[in-house]
Amino acid sequence: MSKGVAITGMGIISAIGNNVEENHQALIHGKKGISRVSKIKTIHKDDIMVGEIDRTNQQFEEQIGLSQDNNYSRTALLGVVAAKEAIKNAGITNINDCKTGLISSTSVGGMDKTEMYYYDYLTNTSTQKYIEGHHAGDSTQKIAEELGIEESLVTTISTACSSAANAIMMGARLIKSGQLDRVIVGGADCLSKFTINGFKTLMILSDTYNTPFDDNRKGLNLGEAAAFLVLESDAVVKANHKKVLAYVKGYGNANDAYHQTASSDHGDGATLAMEKALKVANLKPTDIDYINAHGTATANNDLSEGRAIIRIFGNEAPDFSSTKAYTGHTLAAAGAIEAVYAVLAIQNSVVYPNLNFETPMHEFGLRPQLTLKEKSLNTVMSNSFGFGGNCSTLIFSKGA
Amino acid sequence: MEELKQELKAKIVEQLNLEDVAVEDIANDDMLFGDGLGLDSIDALELIVMLDRDYGIKLTDPKQGRAIFESVDTMAAYISEHKTK
Amino acid sequence: MGSKVYINGICAISAQKTFDNTTFLEEIELYNDTVINAIDPNYKEFIPPASARRMAKGIKMGIVASKLALKDATLDNIDAIITGTGLGCVRDSEKFVSAIIDHDEQFLTPTSFIQSTHNTVAGQIALELQCKGYNFTYVHGSNSFESAVLDAKLQLEHDEARHILIGGVDELAPHTIKIHRLIGHIKAESVTANTVLNSNSKGAVFGEGGNFFVLSNEQAASSYAEVQAVKLFNTLNKSSVYTQAIEFLKENKIDHIDALILGCNGDVEYDSYYEGLRDGFSNVQQLYYKQLTGEFYTASSFAYWLGAKVLKTQSIPNVVKLNSVDKKSMDSVLIYNQYRGENHSFTLLRKC
Repeated sequence: MSKGVAITGMGIISAIGNNVEENHQALIHGKKGISRVSKIKTIHKDDIMVGEIDRTNQQFEEQIGLSQDNNYSRTALLGVVAAKEAIKNAGITNINDCKTGLISSTSVGGMDKTEMYYYDYLTNTSTQKYIEGHHAGDSTQKIAEELGIEESLVTTISTACSSAANAIMMGARLIKSGQLDRVIVGGADCLSKFTINGFKTLMILSDTYNTPFDDNRKGLNLGEAAAFLVLESDAVVKANHKKVLAYVKGYGNANDAYHQTASSDHGDGATLAMEKALKVANLKPTDIDYINAHGTATANNDLSEGRAIIRIFGNEAPDFSSTKAYTGHTLAAAGAIEAVYAVLAIQNSVVYPNLNFETPMHEFGLRPQLTLKEKSLNTVMSNSFGFGGNCSTLIFSKGA
Repeated sequence: MEELKQELKAKIVEQLNLEDVAVEDIANDDMLFGDGLGLDSIDALELIVMLDRDYGIKLTDPKQGRAIFESVDTMAAYISEHKTK
Repeated sequence: MGSKVYINGICAISAQKTFDNTTFLEEIELYNDTVINAIDPNYKEFIPPASARRMAKGIKMGIVASKLALKDATLDNIDAIITGTGLGCVRDSEKFVSAIIDHDEQFLTPTSFIQSTHNTVAGQIALELQCKGYNFTYVHGSNSFESAVLDAKLQLEHDEARHILIGGVDELAPHTIKIHRLIGHIKAESVTANTVLNSNSKGAVFGEGGNFFVLSNEQAASSYAEVQAVKLFNTLNKSSVYTQAIEFLKENKIDHIDALILGCNGDVEYDSYYEGLRDGFSNVQQLYYKQLTGEFYTASSFAYWLGAKVLKTQSIPNVVKLNSVDKKSMDSVLIYNQYRGENHSFTLLRKC
């Protein structure tokens, strides 16, 4: 169980870029991807802002080379694009040259098609091909097929907004235990009327740019994205002389057991998750160089998470920021998006700014990093919290 | 006003699925949240939708609900003052 | 390999009266239908009305099955909760989607949206039990439950946890039934439990249920069986199912099995996936169960219940026998499942 878990490839598509390099450029130049919604017809279009990806489904279908009669949801399309980039980035030419699995994650899955054809299914046979895509594992099966992963361990995690962090966690444990030599981990979620209206009923959508950790924060912006990482065992890395981008050093999941959707006032679950991750990584809080916070910019999350950070780190918290102001909250994908950002931060020795921040929160003295800061990073902590009290923390490191 | 209060009680029981609560069990000044009827923040969101749908009152900040939904008395007072339908 | 993993508590809520664990499929609910509902226990006995009022059926089944499985294992709490579900609380998903369309995105309320989240069952169980431990939900078609087993097994083998609650849960919902009829996934004509396997028609009888288990890394008086191994495949050719099964047994140093539990559901298009095993293990007692529970993404969690009961009681109810091979004592049970040719799994249960 002392084996390292190496990250040897990454792929991402989000509102701030169609690949890793575009995302990196946007992050260091403070370029956010938040706009009015254009691809979904909703009566809320003037009340909300979203992190939408420019490309249309048709463009993705052409990019991937799918036939006209395909039944891909937008979630599956985003997932395939990001996963393929990750494989390429890891220099993998034969995916079955070692025991390779796939752990993906999603919250909406094929909901974009479900809501579009819900009643149409009953009368229009040409839309019925999407019915089989209703279950959340469908996009994962498609990604596996596109990557050529066969007769192997392929599964999907759905724990709301911590889903992809949990996929990375499970992947790391499968490598450590020797069940797999290589595992592609990540998540995908597209925008949908379902989530727009769902979060609207919870009254936690901002009508303007989201402002994480600001005292006057008004809520979150939803986003769509997909990101995948290639995790490989020490043996595979050694045998193939692979370049290692970073390591998955620690992970922890805990439940807040407080409320169906809200986080507890003092962030019990978040505190437990960070503690567990530090313990697995065998690190002290002072070893953490940067925290990529969950920081959704809802009143509830940022207070609860901030308090949990203080419980772990005291008032001398390391540099921290939320990148949700760039991408919006990409739900199930968020943990993978921010894992890619954590690795990029380590590789490029930068802490990304927490955009849109003006006023410190009155409950505590925590202040996020506001400008791009260059410093060498050995360890980055990444938090992802979701409905159902689900709290996850990952720790990425430069060295094994 | 008394009629509105009865109407609200019936709506609370129905909308919030309070299977074990009868309309008569709710006093006008009973606390709806916390130790009283035991409603929670999700119920508050349900009640906000009810204000909008049935009385044309739009709340934009769930915090506003706290004072309004204190009891059937406070709800009735707020609704009769602000209703648009 | 570290510690062994045992099934120490079970509870099945299914279309049969299985939640009463003192019996073992003695009284069978016969149906003549294409869709069968789970038999509800008296939920009120287990869930306070204030909590129950917003709960979807999937949540209720999950909470009651969890509580009964814990009681069976004589535990008050566990270290982790891991669930598998194909569609989650899909009735609420339907309610929310149809409300969006019917009311043009207006006057929507949050309850059905919240319950649509796939991990809502695991989250609510954590709330009920006040369990702050690890809490995961797998949603991968017919491998949802087996993913949960794999995850729990990894933790228990490495002593990261001592007791883990796992479960498979799915509920039926009207629109889902309607559209799956349209694409022929549900049988067009009614069948009975006795005739479903030989119905010679496309599709399955759809069902629902919640099957929960306490897995522990120490044997107890309540132990049913050891979960020796579980293996998942996203794809598998019909022709290689048997060779993969033999390979799986070999990996686990087993040269014979005493019983084989198959997930056949009477779908003439896909039951051929089980033929290789039926022929290859023709001298082994074969069992089937979906004629009792109906088909759903986590139906195979019932196979674990069946295997656990068989190994503990050393008896096999006639209603699940697919062939008849008299066997006095049973030590090992192989479970194989797939749905529509995808997401295959093998599980090896051992007597303990």
